[in-house]
Amino acid sequence: MTFQTFIFYFFAAVLIFAALRVITARNPVHAALFLVLAFFTSAGIWVLLQAEFLAIALVLVYVGAVMVLFLFVVMMLDINIARLREGFWSYLPLGALVAFLLAAEMGLVLASRYTGLADMPAPPPLPAGYSNTKELGRLLYTEYVYPFEIAAVILLVAIVAAIALTLRRRKQSKYIDPAKQINVRRADRVRIVTMPSEKKDQ
Amino acid sequence: MLDTLLAYPQSWLGPAWPLVWTLIKILCIVVPLMLSVAYVTLWERKLIGWMQVRLGPNRVTFFGIRWLGGLAQPIADGLKLLLKEIIVPSGASKFLFVVAPILAIMPALAAWAVVPFSPELILADIDAGLLYIMAITSMGVYGIIIAGWASNSKYAFLGALRSAAQMVSYELAMGFALVCVLMVSQSLNLGEIVRTQEGNWGVFNWFWIPLFPIFLVYIISGVAETNRAPFDVAEGESEIVAGFHVEYSGMTFAVFFLAEYANMILISTLAAIMFLGGWLSPFPQSWGALGSPGFGWLLLKLFLVISCFLWFRATFPRYRYDQLMRLGWKVFLPLTIAYILILGAWMQTPLWIWWK
Repeated sequence: MTFQTFIFYFFAAVLIFAALRVITARNPVHAALFLVLAFFTSAGIWVLLQAEFLAIALVLVYVGAVMVLFLFVVMMLDINIARLREGFWSYLPLGALVAFLLAAEMGLVLASRYTGLADMPAPPPLPAGYSNTKELGRLLYTEYVYPFEIAAVILLVAIVAAIALTLRRRKQSKYIDPAKQINVRRADRVRIVTMPSEKKDQ
Repeated sequence: MLDTLLAYPQSWLGPAWPLVWTLIKILCIVVPLMLSVAYVTLWERKLIGWMQVRLGPNRVTFFGIRWLGGLAQPIADGLKLLLKEIIVPSGASKFLFVVAPILAIMPALAAWAVVPFSPELILADIDAGLLYIMAITSMGVYGIIIAGWASNSKYAFLGALRSAAQMVSYELAMGFALVCVLMVSQSLNLGEIVRTQEGNWGVFNWFWIPLFPIFLVYIISGVAETNRAPFDVAEGESEIVAGFHVEYSGMTFAVFFLAEYANMILISTLAAIMFLGGWLSPFPQSWGALGSPGFGWLLLKLFLVISCFLWFRATFPRYRYDQLMRLGWKVFLPLTIAYILILGAWMQTPLWIWWK
């Protein structure tokens, strides 16, 4: 066993353990943290596959930003486990269907010798000095520029929609425009009056 | 010389040798880093002391030698924290409570793997160095969030929430600032970024001139990312006691402290590498020894940037939380995006001077 296979099996074991804990952990915060671990280990496996850009982007986007906000929400929720369990039987058919589809797809890949997937052409060996990031960037901004921009616009619409749905101005908000605060002069706030000193009554 | 010295352990350890050798190299980075963290705390107290017309720590000394007064302060502090009891609050999630400080310091140390100290001195010279640093430093926020949640304390939790929102917001500005550097240097490799700044004019070849607004954005978001004053709302003593680490004591608290300072040194080093020419000399190359590159220049720049961090702390009052968010989202983000557009337009003209 070479060192690389050892690393692969180590990552794979951690990944499977973390993924299992995501669905079995009772505490939702623990589950979210195991999901972080799962993302991180799968990034490790992607690095082994020489997809370093995707691996780093996974850590940067999902671990560094998405999961932080996710944890943010999960930590503040007051989750009632009994109420969550209520709908188990009504959700079961849909859940079983998705699980079956996933298992079937996995089977197609794993049994590639029989399903003919092994006949797909192998990727050509990479030339020296090959930069994953550069190649991806080149493809994204030349060949796939329209799909890329459509995806960007959809995301923008989603952001605008989310803000438009949730933004409401509170009537009693004490917000003050910072520009106004900076522009304040003494004369606006303080008035100095001169008055003669009074004599104390005897 | 080094090869003959290393031949013996190499034959003795066999296949385990690369692992051991890498560990030794990692230690060679981490041990000086931890020492400099200790002495940055002393420098901070001294510098702020001088700024406030005080002396700063001047008592604790080695072997009773008077003129070394104050120099043993960080070691005494460390020893004191090491010997204190670690109290785990009741109702805390014990495992996460202990893991949180480790998660806080891990990214601060791991990011050093790709930092080039001199043209040859670098632990892992990888192509996607800049991306790696962004990914690893973005994980630092977990230590804080988990600490806040696992402490089972309202103050700690409020601090963690503030800190998480702040770090995620400023990471965007920081990321876009790095994109600007990447566009100018056309490489993600940190060594290559420094080499792009090489030229006959010394200090005037560095990126801080063409990217001056971005340089400022990077430094200020760096201060915010490390939760330093004036952006230290996550631990605002006057509002939420000490934020995410209220419940921590002894060495667990010290590790958070170490992480904060290690992060500060990291951010300053990156600023020095990306905007101030890294290991390059500020003088023209034709000036002989004075113009030759070396690790000393990086150290000097790093020291200057760190001193600026401490200076900010002594000078500015703490930001109000809503204004801090406004600065990140409404000022820095549009500014960096506009600068990316400007750079992109500049690239299309013959005036672009950095083609390779």
